[in-house]
Amino acid sequence: MNPAAPRSYPDVWHRHTPREMLVQWLWLAGSAVAAVWSVSALEIEWAYFKDAHEQAADLASRMWPPKWSYLPQIIRPLIDTIHIATLGTMIAVVLAIPVAFLAARNTTANGFTWMIGRAILVGSRSINTVIWGLLFVAIFSPGAVAGIFAVAARSVGFIAKLIAEAIEEVDAGQIEAVQSTGARTLQTWWVAILPQVMPVLIGTTIYRWDINVRESSVLGFVGAGGIGIYLYASINSFAWPQVLVILIAILAVVMLSEVLSAFIRSRIS
Amino acid sequence: MIDRAATAATYPGEWRAVSMFGSPGRRMAFWLVVGAYLVWAIGDLSINWDRVMRGFPRALDIFTRMVPPAVGNKWAILVKGMAESVQMAIASSLAGMVLAIPLGLCAARNLAPPPIYLAARGVIVVGRTFHELLIAIFFVKLFGFGPVAGLLTLALSSAIFLAKMLAEDIENMKPGPVEAVRATGASFGQVVYYAVTPQVVVRTLGVFIYRLDANLRHSTVLGIVGAGGIGATLASSFSRYDFDFACAILLTIAAMVAFGEWFSDWARRMIR
Repeated sequence: MNPAAPRSYPDVWHRHTPREMLVQWLWLAGSAVAAVWSVSALEIEWAYFKDAHEQAADLASRMWPPKWSYLPQIIRPLIDTIHIATLGTMIAVVLAIPVAFLAARNTTANGFTWMIGRAILVGSRSINTVIWGLLFVAIFSPGAVAGIFAVAARSVGFIAKLIAEAIEEVDAGQIEAVQSTGARTLQTWWVAILPQVMPVLIGTTIYRWDINVRESSVLGFVGAGGIGIYLYASINSFAWPQVLVILIAILAVVMLSEVLSAFIRSRIS
Repeated sequence: MIDRAATAATYPGEWRAVSMFGSPGRRMAFWLVVGAYLVWAIGDLSINWDRVMRGFPRALDIFTRMVPPAVGNKWAILVKGMAESVQMAIASSLAGMVLAIPLGLCAARNLAPPPIYLAARGVIVVGRTFHELLIAIFFVKLFGFGPVAGLLTLALSSAIFLAKMLAEDIENMKPGPVEAVRATGASFGQVVYYAVTPQVVVRTLGVFIYRLDANLRHSTVLGIVGAGGIGATLASSFSRYDFDFACAILLTIAAMVAFGEWFSDWARRMIR
């Protein structure tokens, strides 16, 4: 009886088989092709890159030192920015609750109303806040009102989508219990469903508010109020030390709102 | 002996749902705070109500001029703008991913030494604060108008976002494999390749696809400050009161974003 021929083991260990390696390299090559196609089709003027670092250094030196005496003038627009975010979020919550009931499969009346609910969600969410700003500036002319409606229009879909998902996952037993007392549809929603989705509603709203503070810092670029107007004007008039003050102020406000939002959300959950 | 009449009298005749505020006093206080805020904020913004009221009929007018959407002879502009947005999104996501790997490794507490960790976290915190449009203005100042500024903006913000998610995944990974690979005498690069990568690659790919979708959305607005993509066309169609073309652009954006969302959901389900 012949002893079994010793199998040849490789001396060096590899994590992947050659086949796996090939697939990985193909993926990498595919990504590289996509990147090259995207960049080459953009017709980039590479000459701009040559002196970019000098330009950046030049810009930084023009900004320094920050012109702190400008700060009192931007307190007002900073508060406006927070107002735009807060009022917009408030309007959005009020509108989002009925939309959510419309877009949740277990509370919507029929297939048609569900489609309407879903269409509102998709339409609201796929247009950026700043683009909504463009539209509302055309309607209400430049100012904070346009900003408030822009924030509200974008946030409705965001908040309603998450509430609708929560409504679809509520405990059906409670709905049945309330219905068995003879409650009408609205009473069932109010007593059996709304309390169950309340934590999601509050959490989502506060989370969206903090995103909205960040968004409303740039709404001024299209004339929809807030600090963005001052930033845009300062940049266009090359008042770089003012620009730096505004950037620091935005940094402070956005970070504060983020910390506040995270703190409240950790308390309620 | 129980006094039946007295017991019955202490119950309300009508049932009311339990208030989520806990007590009527707290409910009152909540609505008072909301009311006071509304009065303060609306008074503070010095809103011109006359102009707002004139806005509502104008909204109807704009709406009637938007419907039906029309492109006319501007198909070339629309297609070129959309293509530029898509290309910016793809190229910037890939560039962002490449940049995010070193930044993410530096921002993971369990891999990087404290000074590097703090520096990387600082970059992430500051970078996340600024809106993409705000970053875009600066790149427009540095590189001139055009898609380069948008590409760099999205690459930077994607790198920061992806690095943050990657760092969190690395911090949450199991320490066992890292220790085992280290015990064989592996270098830092080998530890990353053999112990860290297998644990985080699937989630990171998911986040990357999500970011690709997010970049597609962002790439449609950057044109407003001159950083390339469809946004410039949209902004100019609004300022020229060319509302039916604006509506056509909005619908195209909505369709593309919806497609992007569907694709991202599908792709993330595939890799799981």
